[in-house]
Amino acid sequence: MLAFPLYLCFASALGLLLWRRTASRLPHWITLATCGLGLLLTVTAVIQRTPGAEVVTLVRLPWIPTWGAEFHLAADGLSASLLVLTGIASVGGVLFSWNVQDRPGEFFSLYLTLIGAVYGVFLSWDLLLFFVFYELAIIPKYLLIARWGSTRRDYAAMKLALYSFLGSAAVLVGIVALYATSGLNTLDLSALARHSFPPSTQAWAFPVLFAGFAILAGLWPLHTWAPTGHVAAPTAASMLLAGVIMKLGAYGCLRIALPLLPEGARESRFVFGVLAVAGIVWGALVALRQRDFKFVIGYSSVSHMGFVILGLAMATPLALSGAVLQMISHGIIAGLLFAVVGRMVYDRTHTRDLEELGAHRLGKTLPFAAVTFVLAGFASMGVPGFSGFIAELQILLGTWPVSGRLVAVAGFGILLGAAYVLRAVHLGFFRGDDSPPLEALAPPAPITVPEVLGSGLLLVSTVGLGLFPGFVLDWIQPALAGPFFDGLRRVMVP
Amino acid sequence: MEPTHLPATNFQDLAWAILLLPLVSALAITLGLRRNRELTTTLSLSAVGIGFGLSVWLFFLYGVSGERLAATPLSWMSVGSLSAHLGLTVDPLSTLMLMVVTGVSFLVHVYSTGYMEDDPEYPRYFASLGFFTFSMLGIVLSDNFVQTFIFWELVGVSSYLLVGFWYEKPAAADAAKKAFLTNRIGDFGFLLGILIVWAATGTVSFDAMAAKLKAEPGILGAAASLAGVLIFLGAVGKSAQLPLHVWLPDAMEGPTPVSALIHAATMVAAGVYMLCRVYFLLDLPAAWPAALSFLGSISALDVIAWTGALTSLVAGVIAIQQDDIKRILAYSTLSQLGYMVMAVGCGGPDAAMFHLTTHACFKALLFLGAGAVIYACHHEQNIWKMGGLAKRMPVTFWTFLLATAALCGLPVLSSGFYSKDAIFAAALASNRPVLFGIGVLVVGLTTLYMSRLVIIAFLGESRSEAASHAADPGRNMTLPLLILAVPSVSLGWLPVGAYFKSAIFPGAVTHSAEGFSDVFFEPFNHSPLGAFLGFGLMAFGLSVAFATYWGAAMDPMPGHLPRLSRALRNRLYFDEIYAATLIPLHDAVAALADWVDRWIVQGLFVRGISGGMDLFGRALRLVQTGNLQTYAFLFVAGVALVVLLALK
Repeated sequence: MLAFPLYLCFASALGLLLWRRTASRLPHWITLATCGLGLLLTVTAVIQRTPGAEVVTLVRLPWIPTWGAEFHLAADGLSASLLVLTGIASVGGVLFSWNVQDRPGEFFSLYLTLIGAVYGVFLSWDLLLFFVFYELAIIPKYLLIARWGSTRRDYAAMKLALYSFLGSAAVLVGIVALYATSGLNTLDLSALARHSFPPSTQAWAFPVLFAGFAILAGLWPLHTWAPTGHVAAPTAASMLLAGVIMKLGAYGCLRIALPLLPEGARESRFVFGVLAVAGIVWGALVALRQRDFKFVIGYSSVSHMGFVILGLAMATPLALSGAVLQMISHGIIAGLLFAVVGRMVYDRTHTRDLEELGAHRLGKTLPFAAVTFVLAGFASMGVPGFSGFIAELQILLGTWPVSGRLVAVAGFGILLGAAYVLRAVHLGFFRGDDSPPLEALAPPAPITVPEVLGSGLLLVSTVGLGLFPGFVLDWIQPALAGPFFDGLRRVMVP
Repeated sequence: MEPTHLPATNFQDLAWAILLLPLVSALAITLGLRRNRELTTTLSLSAVGIGFGLSVWLFFLYGVSGERLAATPLSWMSVGSLSAHLGLTVDPLSTLMLMVVTGVSFLVHVYSTGYMEDDPEYPRYFASLGFFTFSMLGIVLSDNFVQTFIFWELVGVSSYLLVGFWYEKPAAADAAKKAFLTNRIGDFGFLLGILIVWAATGTVSFDAMAAKLKAEPGILGAAASLAGVLIFLGAVGKSAQLPLHVWLPDAMEGPTPVSALIHAATMVAAGVYMLCRVYFLLDLPAAWPAALSFLGSISALDVIAWTGALTSLVAGVIAIQQDDIKRILAYSTLSQLGYMVMAVGCGGPDAAMFHLTTHACFKALLFLGAGAVIYACHHEQNIWKMGGLAKRMPVTFWTFLLATAALCGLPVLSSGFYSKDAIFAAALASNRPVLFGIGVLVVGLTTLYMSRLVIIAFLGESRSEAASHAADPGRNMTLPLLILAVPSVSLGWLPVGAYFKSAIFPGAVTHSAEGFSDVFFEPFNHSPLGAFLGFGLMAFGLSVAFATYWGAAMDPMPGHLPRLSRALRNRLYFDEIYAATLIPLHDAVAALADWVDRWIVQGLFVRGISGGMDLFGRALRLVQTGNLQTYAFLFVAGVALVVLLALK
């Protein structure tokens, strides 16, 4: 049942593309039904059979026998938790694109293709299949930004595509190297994870593969595609970009680079740790200076994804568990932040300039958006009770035995996180008497039902995960303790 | 009733109820009752009121008997070597603190029904207040570091919401931000401290940690003092000690009842409470990692004691030249918190807790009294525009006077006398005569600034139109004043100090007062030096205040001592120094990062690559001439080049 959402998305995408001259709201409903059903199926499957260490094969068909490539979909606890995230983010994304009127058929067709590709990446148990889905996600992303985006959208779309392909090229080199040097004539992940690659291969293949993946996760200094891409993208696309696309890179590191090349991971642990921490602080510092509301969130994504990369680079059990939680947590929170700024604020006021927003007094005129943003902001700065806290705490705890200095610098990044969020809250919503007087502004249109539902879904998710992390940890923990990660645990745990 | 015979689970539910009731009421108000004032009032008052009742019950069950409730913790998350749970500590230390928090919180709730009556955001106010009470109780009941840290942060959040309650005032919005961020700096250190201790002991639970330390005293190794100081940094933020004290005076922008509850009685005391809770971690011999070995034999407790003493002195001096009634009280709070921290550093956490308890009562009373004055004078906070209020607001005046006496430590007739004396005794007992001297000196300062406040604001003639029409507020505001006056006067007659001593050091021999004279005159018998010196300085402060301010139309100090006065009015330039150093530094770094990101990383890197590609493409286009001769020439040239390279 876990694989159904994947097929569903592609089927609906195809349908919407073929019958694109549909009535104005029909594509919205079809997409909502598809994504909602996808989420429902994933959750049902996960509840029926608590995923854990065991890798459950869903489909396994021969594909290109001479290369040993198979159409192999499988899932363990890690995939399951990210599939649930994809379901939540995709439903949220539709709800916040309810006002898309420009060629909705094509818009949602691309949207569903993107979601389908993401499901595919999280389910692939074959390297080639993984790579195909991974690449497939880039194309709709490019088109969504270039066609439906704003602010310098061509530049942003091109930059994003180029960076993605740069990362993909590195990933491809790594995958070919894995395939060639193993000599097993297989692309099956489990088989490759059992194989121990010679240290000389690991030493160069790991950094190439890890960096290639991590570009998509916003690895500093190759992060610059992310903020511009987020800003230019239409709301739903920025929600997905920050919510799930950046996670694809992190997932690649976690699923392929780390377990297959553990010794390489140990060798370059510190280098990537430093880059991750640099991203955390850098992203936060730059976010502190932005005038464009969306850029604040865009750079905050770089900062928060730095935590994911830090956890992955450290690769201790606690740090990895924290990294997965942070992937989920950031997926939800960033989605919510982009929803408020892109949909609730920008679509109504047509400005994202923090200096101008004060005059709209959104705290008074749009209290729902203000309260949602404040809550999402608290979640983002790691206030306990929301999911970000437990994720970042685990990463810091897991990093501590490796390097106290990295923890200290990363903790400084958390401090800055509070600063830029509060600044944005103040300037964006609650700037009182000191905001420059402007001619009378028409009150913004009232908040619509889909917006309320979308915000509710995402808020409940982040609070639920923050209060009851055990629910998801019960999937993540056994998976990380399972045989797939044997090699990594042996190398990383002294 | 014999508590140990009763099943623990029942009482565990009591503790859970105390913790969760305010949260439930806050949530109910936020989600559903925003428009219903009566229901809001009933709900939040009863939540905290029942909480207080249950706290009293728990106090008699566990506090008085010295029992500990063996509560089953709720497992929250367990990841590898980290096992975090939600646990409750119900022991003598926490039960008394529970009474203080719920008691003051309840009275502040009652008072607020009058003070906030006309505010359109009345329900939001009570929801935030309930949320704060919940967070604070979470710290009090916590039995492990992770839980403490969680509620620590939540307290910061609720303080942010309440300080910035009137967010339309830029000063309030800025103060809220400043309070939150300054606290976060402290929390950052706190977290690092927790990490060190967790890594060394493998647990976050206080009990397990204490047991491990007992079994193996050197378990923290060279990081012992560093861990202690980092944990203390959490208290420096929350309890507003130097150099992070700057947020507290600004936090006075919040509604006055909030100042009474959060920024006088409870939240700022959380730091002190936490230090007492983990005192076993602080009381370790000095040991520093190699990089900090120059600190030598300075122990964590030394750092704590000196920080507290300096805070108490600096804040006491600044308070002398403040004109805003709330700011005077805010600096006085800083100064008293400094006392408590100093007491912890001097090995007297019991004295610190004693003073925390009495201070919670009389300082809450002072703030609520100030609130009544501000309310009566139409939101005037400058004491030079008050005057003559004693006649017009008798209830407020007399209760305020009793609280002032307690703050100054008037012998016998005030609780502050006993708790302060315990602190002086601790300073002497730990052989720190300089700190003792500072402590006693601050008594003189305290009396000076408080007498100045009372003389100018309450005595003499009215100094403004508003003050001449002032009157005592309604009963829901005067009743809390009267109730708080009782413990402010009498708490010292009870053996609270001895109670805390046996709570923190189980099995320690406590001095128990017997007979009339020892109960009331204990400090004079027990530690006469502090008591007599304090009394003398108090008399001195009082006479200076009367000589200077009795009948004065304006403050004579700027005229006589202009430089000093200006420095004090500018709060010794702490904010200016921060504004002149840290903020530009931070701005510059952020601007640099932004610039680099914009021009180097994006510009040079990205444009460079795309520009390079572009040039490459142009170059290739030049070659595509379509001229057969050119191609032939290039082909031959290429072959020649290859041959040349191959031969070489």
